[in-house]
Amino acid sequence: MKRYSSFAIVREAFRNHSGWKRAWASPIPKKKYDVVIVGAGGHGLATAYYLGKNHGITNVAVLEKGWLGGGNTGRNTTIIRSNYLQDPSAAIYEKSRSLYEHLSQDLNYNLMFSPRGVMMLAQTEHEVRGYKRTAMANALQGVPTEYISPEKVKDLCPIINLSGPRYPVLGALWQARGGTARHDAVAWGYARKCSEMGMHILQQKEVTSIISKNGKIGGVGTNSGDILCDKLCIVVAGHSGALAEMGGFRLPLESVALQALVSEPIKPVMDVVVMANTVHGYMSQSDKGEMVIGGGADGYNNYTQRGSFQHIEETVRSLIETFPMVSRLKMLRQWGGIVDMTGDRSPIISKTPLKNCFINCGWGTGGFKAIPGSGWATAEMIANGEAGPLASPFSLNRFKEGRFIDESVAAGVAH
Amino acid sequence: MLLLNCPYCNLSCEETEFLAGGQAHIKRQSIDSSDQEFESYLFARKNPKGVHIERWQHLYGCGKWFHVARSTVTLEIFGSYSAQTLSPPKKIRANINKKLPEWHWENSK
Repeated sequence: MKRYSSFAIVREAFRNHSGWKRAWASPIPKKKYDVVIVGAGGHGLATAYYLGKNHGITNVAVLEKGWLGGGNTGRNTTIIRSNYLQDPSAAIYEKSRSLYEHLSQDLNYNLMFSPRGVMMLAQTEHEVRGYKRTAMANALQGVPTEYISPEKVKDLCPIINLSGPRYPVLGALWQARGGTARHDAVAWGYARKCSEMGMHILQQKEVTSIISKNGKIGGVGTNSGDILCDKLCIVVAGHSGALAEMGGFRLPLESVALQALVSEPIKPVMDVVVMANTVHGYMSQSDKGEMVIGGGADGYNNYTQRGSFQHIEETVRSLIETFPMVSRLKMLRQWGGIVDMTGDRSPIISKTPLKNCFINCGWGTGGFKAIPGSGWATAEMIANGEAGPLASPFSLNRFKEGRFIDESVAAGVAH
Repeated sequence: MLLLNCPYCNLSCEETEFLAGGQAHIKRQSIDSSDQEFESYLFARKNPKGVHIERWQHLYGCGKWFHVARSTVTLEIFGSYSAQTLSPPKKIRANINKKLPEWHWENSK
């Protein structure tokens, strides 16, 4: 695999860009792999990458029923932050955020990571108290965040209307090293490195059954023949329930649609990410100039990758109040993704009742920011057979033991 | 926008009038149930890619809870019925089977 560099761009400029190679191979599948990962989204590919990089396991296949990064990895609003309340969450999300800082260099792929700062608005008295508490918790966890005044909010983001009328801005939780990254590039960058290490990324390969013997994993059946493996990891977000059913176990998950929309491109108006959790809206401006807007999730189970119209209306209605200039914008696109929600709004990185079958799911509405950290922790679990310090609080057992990592109140719906 | 029929009001109304309540017909556990049974009762959900039998409340109407059979793939609604039942009635099951002959209620294999 050729290195991407400024020298390579100059060299290719002199020969009509004829020397660029495919970023990843389309190999002929082997009969058996050491590890098979189902799902070539960000989390699946990151897991494969860290299996190779940290643990030297490269006889790995990543199966994908559609195309690489075509699920929620390509559908999110690309926000990266780690200002969570609970210690286990802060640990894994901060690991993830800190990996993002050097990931472009690590992968030799420009992820356009932009630590422009993430601001979570406090618009009710309860949110003020909640975010002050989170800022204190973050100080103890070693995650740099601060609670800022409305004047500072206006200073950082001049287009905000502070005075309400329904939801005045009373302050905000500010994480200066949070930001955004190019979501597709994260999947592509990991895929390119995995392919370079000799791993197989098999697209349009849908898993139709899970093969097990005496409660131990044997492999998977796909739409084009069986693939055997010693260890299996299911990383399929919204479809985790369907895969678990094939494996003969149930998960504490429900899949719902979450939607987002983008506006027409405009000149730069805001250089921070703003989240308003009370009104379920969040917004940032992409490098192309589009305003990227995320909304709330639907209340009912859904696999259609479309959201309800009234939720767009609710989101836009409340954003207009906080950002009056949005009312003149035309929206370009709207789309939905299927997110898998757990009861405590924290993910699951765990062993399953099936031996040597692992699962990484339940990221709900906030998986993108966690991709590197989640891959790191899941790879550690697959390689050692036991969850490490990052992953162990997120085991399936927490539901039996009542040991929840309750982010449902702390993080709200919007991530 | 889903159009749901409230079996109590006998009215077809838009989704915004209702509140979704998740999987229906979950058996409540009692004081002598095991940890496993309680975990399953509280958290394990079927989350099917297909027919979902679920609870809805007519929040801005009569306020009563009822059950709906709905496809999570096509969003098609196969009918709604009273919550005072232990399993989907025959009429609802027949409605589903007209479209999806393979489908069967979990306890009626």
